[in-house]
Amino acid sequence: MQLLRFTTAGSVDDGKSTLIGRLLYDSKSIFQDQLDAIEETSRRKGDGHLDLALVTDGLRAEREQGITIDVAYRYFATPQRKFIIADTPGHIQYTRNMVTGASTADLAIILVDARNGVIEQTLRHSFIASLLRIRHIVVCINKMDLVDFSQDVYNEIKNHFMEFVPKFDIQDIYFVPISALHGDNVVKKSGNTIWYNGETLLHLLENIPITYHNNMTDARFPVQYVIRPQSEEFHDFRGYAGRVEGGIFKKGDLVTVLPSGLQSTIKSISTLDGELDLAFEPQSVTISLNDDIDVSRGDMIVKSDNMPEQQQIVKAMVCWFNPMPLQQRGKYTLMHTTNTLRCMIQAIDFKMDINTLEKNYEDKNVGMNDIAHVTLQTTKPIFSDAYRKNRNTGSFVLVDEGTNETVGVGMIE
Amino acid sequence: MSIQKINHLKELESESIYAIREVAAQFERPAMLFSGGKDSIVMFHLARKAFYPAKVPFPLLHIDTGHNFSETIRFRDNLAEKYKVTMLVEYVQDTIDQQKVTEEKGIGASRNGLQTVTLLDAIEKHKIDAAMGGGRRDEEKARAKERFFSHRDAFGQWDPKNQRPELWHIYNGKKKHGEHFRVFPISNWTEMDVWQYILMESIEIPSLYFTQKLEVFQRDGVWLAKAPFMEMRENEKTEIKEARCRTIGDITCTGVTLSKAASLQDIIEEIAATRVTERGGRADDKRSESAMEDRKKNGYF
Repeated sequence: MQLLRFTTAGSVDDGKSTLIGRLLYDSKSIFQDQLDAIEETSRRKGDGHLDLALVTDGLRAEREQGITIDVAYRYFATPQRKFIIADTPGHIQYTRNMVTGASTADLAIILVDARNGVIEQTLRHSFIASLLRIRHIVVCINKMDLVDFSQDVYNEIKNHFMEFVPKFDIQDIYFVPISALHGDNVVKKSGNTIWYNGETLLHLLENIPITYHNNMTDARFPVQYVIRPQSEEFHDFRGYAGRVEGGIFKKGDLVTVLPSGLQSTIKSISTLDGELDLAFEPQSVTISLNDDIDVSRGDMIVKSDNMPEQQQIVKAMVCWFNPMPLQQRGKYTLMHTTNTLRCMIQAIDFKMDINTLEKNYEDKNVGMNDIAHVTLQTTKPIFSDAYRKNRNTGSFVLVDEGTNETVGVGMIE
Repeated sequence: MSIQKINHLKELESESIYAIREVAAQFERPAMLFSGGKDSIVMFHLARKAFYPAKVPFPLLHIDTGHNFSETIRFRDNLAEKYKVTMLVEYVQDTIDQQKVTEEKGIGASRNGLQTVTLLDAIEKHKIDAAMGGGRRDEEKARAKERFFSHRDAFGQWDPKNQRPELWHIYNGKKKHGEHFRVFPISNWTEMDVWQYILMESIEIPSLYFTQKLEVFQRDGVWLAKAPFMEMRENEKTEIKEARCRTIGDITCTGVTLSKAASLQDIIEEIAATRVTERGGRADDKRSESAMEDRKKNGYF
């Protein structure tokens, strides 16, 4: 069975939580005691119907205000696949949460209210999905029951959306007319949309082919931890623990260790379950080399015929997460793969207006939830790939040196 | 060329190993909480994988409420012996004797909530800067919003509205003196994943998870195992039933399931068909709708 991670995006009242509640409810993933609790709460609030949105609204403040504040993770499985949902809030001030949910997603569901059509927020969500390199986009046109399941309304929204697609880097896109409240085309095919020839949402989730995001040629292995058992049995063992972040490593491969540039060959790829002949993303393994060279955490083992960028001047799109604005000339801690170093913001090149998708070269004030293109300088070279080529080696987070908070994230150009 | 995704259990395994290695690399004095339940057993199994062929480079920590199934303690000690790992044990009874907490009295009394104080004391005593726990996001709605690396202030408190954003798999474990982290390496596992993994890996678990004749009684719709220190209402009568534990925790608040499941395969089939969540039998969660959120804010796992 495969694992599919997806995220959901929509405006405040697009019925996102209801849709997730519906997916869980119709796929029989809500247990009786959870249902009892939801029924009890629905009754107390006097809703008059089962409020499926309550399934995902976890924190007390959210239940009180009826909105989703933070990213909540939900799990369900069908005989075909296991799913992890990152349910993120749609409100503009929560862009950072949507970015967070999108960072690990293979697929994004973008909800559009059939009565309102494509609005600014729809574009914002699509932009973020493409910025974070989510491969598959499913646009769910929701609340079809409120527009009499009109094919014209559906087509109009679909065509409107398609006009914007060239602006985004979206590779695979689907449209589904649904009613999350009543369940049309979510799990079961609806009799109300006989004009719709496509699949239900769940069918898409179960069947969209998922492969790893990264190409299989750029082999990258950031060293996490050095393993030295110093036991009798493994007296001379020295291994480098890490997760393969791209490409394939095979026993005998000629590799280069960065930053030293020293070369060696792979002696073994070991795990508790035995040695492997090859390892690929996202396997966590331990690699040993044939030569005794100095390797420590933060170093990167790569195949010698395929080197990453080694740079100290990094250009990236940054999403800012903190109430304290991004400081031009400001110094931050930068975490990239298993490497932690310092950096300085050299320039804020432009700010994205995420509603019009225009670049603003004048406004240099980057506050919470803003997305900007920056140039930064690191104290030591980092070994990276463009984010569009490799999410793992093309991403970083910025940490405030005073508060230790994660204040921003970046996608390397 | 593209490679199809690996099996979901291997993907979850790799994600957890990554998180555990990050803990060992980023912190000076980490520890792994061990309750004797299946989640902590799986988490320890993952830790062995993370550092093989070296030993697990941190101790395990058991917060002992004193209200255990006796098998849990035997299992714990055997595991420490077999894998040559340091097992730190701290007792809720000591916290009570030091008069730091008052024990609940009467029907439904539980030491579950008192564990928090013992845990925070243990973290201070052993100068633990990262405590790994086997909490899973599918367990409970407050846990659904937990991070892998969850920051705790100097009072051990969790601030759910002000959590650090966590993207990709970059984990920020930076902290000030006196603060610590809770880390949840199996955040993304479901109950079913845990069982399927135990089966796949042939992991040894306590026999309490399999059906056996237990002396049980019913309270508020939950079957509880009879233990010497539990007060019972007059109308509550024990009987012998074929039952098993679905979770193993403090005996006073861990419900048992009437079940004939005698093998891992039986358990998996039973869970696939069940209509009640794992924590549906946990009396500690039934106290209020946000019982877990409130306990977590104060420093519970």
